[in-house]
Amino acid sequence: MSGWELLGLSAEEWTAVQLSLRVATVATLASFPFGLAVAYVLARGTHPGLVILNGVVHLPLVLPPVVTGYLLLLTFGKHGTLGPFLAEHLGLVFSFRWTGAALASAVMAFPLMVRAMRLSIEAVDRKLEVAAGTLGAPPLAVFVTITLPLIVPGILAGLILSFAKSMGEFGATITFVSNIPGETQTLPTAIYTLMQVPDGETGAMRLVLVSIGISMAALVVSEWLARRASGRASLS
Amino acid sequence: MTLQVDVTSRAGDFALSAKFETTGGLTALFGPSGSGKTTLMELIGGIRRPAQGHVSLDGQTLSNSNSGRFLKPHQRRIGWVFQETRLFPHMTGRQNLTYGQWFVRKRDRREDLDRVVALLGIEHLLDRKPATYSGGERSRVAIGRALIASPRLLLMDEPLAALDDARKAEILPYIERLRDEGSVEILYVTHSLPEVVRLANQLVLMSNGKLLASGETTDLLSRFDLAPALGEGEAGAVIEAVISAQDEAFQLSQLTARAGQLFVPTLDLPIGTPVRLRIKARDVMIALDRPIGLSALNSLVGKIQSIEPGSAANVNIVLDCQGDRLLANLTAKSAEMLGLRPGTPVYAIIKSVSFDRLGLGMKP
Repeated sequence: MSGWELLGLSAEEWTAVQLSLRVATVATLASFPFGLAVAYVLARGTHPGLVILNGVVHLPLVLPPVVTGYLLLLTFGKHGTLGPFLAEHLGLVFSFRWTGAALASAVMAFPLMVRAMRLSIEAVDRKLEVAAGTLGAPPLAVFVTITLPLIVPGILAGLILSFAKSMGEFGATITFVSNIPGETQTLPTAIYTLMQVPDGETGAMRLVLVSIGISMAALVVSEWLARRASGRASLS
Repeated sequence: MTLQVDVTSRAGDFALSAKFETTGGLTALFGPSGSGKTTLMELIGGIRRPAQGHVSLDGQTLSNSNSGRFLKPHQRRIGWVFQETRLFPHMTGRQNLTYGQWFVRKRDRREDLDRVVALLGIEHLLDRKPATYSGGERSRVAIGRALIASPRLLLMDEPLAALDDARKAEILPYIERLRDEGSVEILYVTHSLPEVVRLANQLVLMSNGKLLASGETTDLLSRFDLAPALGEGEAGAVIEAVISAQDEAFQLSQLTARAGQLFVPTLDLPIGTPVRLRIKARDVMIALDRPIGLSALNSLVGKIQSIEPGSAANVNIVLDCQGDRLLANLTAKSAEMLGLRPGTPVYAIIKSVSFDRLGLGMKP
């Protein structure tokens, strides 16, 4: 007996759980470098044009998810503005693939990730960075040895938020890549489908419990990591 | 080792201009809060860019507004000890101390961890994080961290201002040791005269963004015309002396100056050590005859050199006590009653309790 049978899941349900985990992990890790860079620029930049960047980053938070999904379709779909180019030159196809689900999740989670990281960067005492400079450290070394270690709790918070949001993303995903079992059917869309069919309620309940379990685990792990990180940052 | 500074800068409606040169040892940058001391340090350290002028160290140009040359702080090898210490909270004492070593070329390294740890007595802090340190411990590690980066010049920005007198007394000997070893030139920002008297070979006086005077500490501090820049009631003379005896029963040290014998609160230094002390003008009384039945322990023989009108009801009197210059503030009424004139032989009376303990120390 394998793990999913122990949980009492059907093969189809287990596929949805696995897919959701994969989508959320890929979405979170792939957007992390961009999220950190944008957070840093927003926290430290002085250019007036950053107001626009800030607005664009936060759009998915305020737009109806369906609208975001539709815009993704227009941009990254098979006949979208960027879709054919990416497919031809980078081999990246998003439409009706799990990668599209990951993209939709990443876009929807991006403002949450950026916000958490930006707040922690703003909280760093810049006098410490100046002090590191006077000790001979060039700017990149200052970032790696001073800024980065000090914002580890904020980075973790951003990653966990992004992961949790990605696990639960529904509207943009179903609009952009539909609800194809085994390819784009994630936990929330699977629950939604089960609720539409007769006798699907027990299956939906099982997935709901799995969903709660994963979210709780993510919260506990993030709390533990943040405690460790802030422990290292202050008292030994 | 020479630092040459000739800069002007402007921030909002605060304008700063200063031109001076140092020749080694410890130079104090003295002035009231808001006089531009820290701004001047930032111009020297490269944290702030001067509007006009140049800064050079040992012949190397650090910034020059004409040629547009401007080295970033990390390219200058100028160490800083900040008032708030700015220790890195996520690193241990050892990691903090050795941080600067990563960025110094091998042949430029003059300091190593063991020597600095021994100099500052911070062995017990190496494996602990700064959050567990006391105020004095933080200061010592901050000094050590700046030293180990092997700077060519050490800037100390009011390193003692946040500490109480007991902690100050704990750190001062370390700074003295640093100065006397002579391995690095120090520029020391302060608004505490006792620290200047105790530490500085040279003095740069700042007021309101302007440089008032620069030169030997002893000379500048003994001038009445600069007294307003020192603060209300802070005019005084600095004289040099040698410890000639220790009176352990009464916890006094006896000093011999050219002016004569002086008793001061006990100094924990060997007999024969040259010291420097400051005698405030308002702590000096003047008598025409040798006083009898008076509690003050110190009476020095001298004669009046000059009497000038001072602020309000006071006169500023300069005394010559066998070659030592002393300043005294008297009311014009007392001077009139005693019939003081230039050339009048007098006794200068000073209470031993009036000496400022923090300002008493080895001659720089």
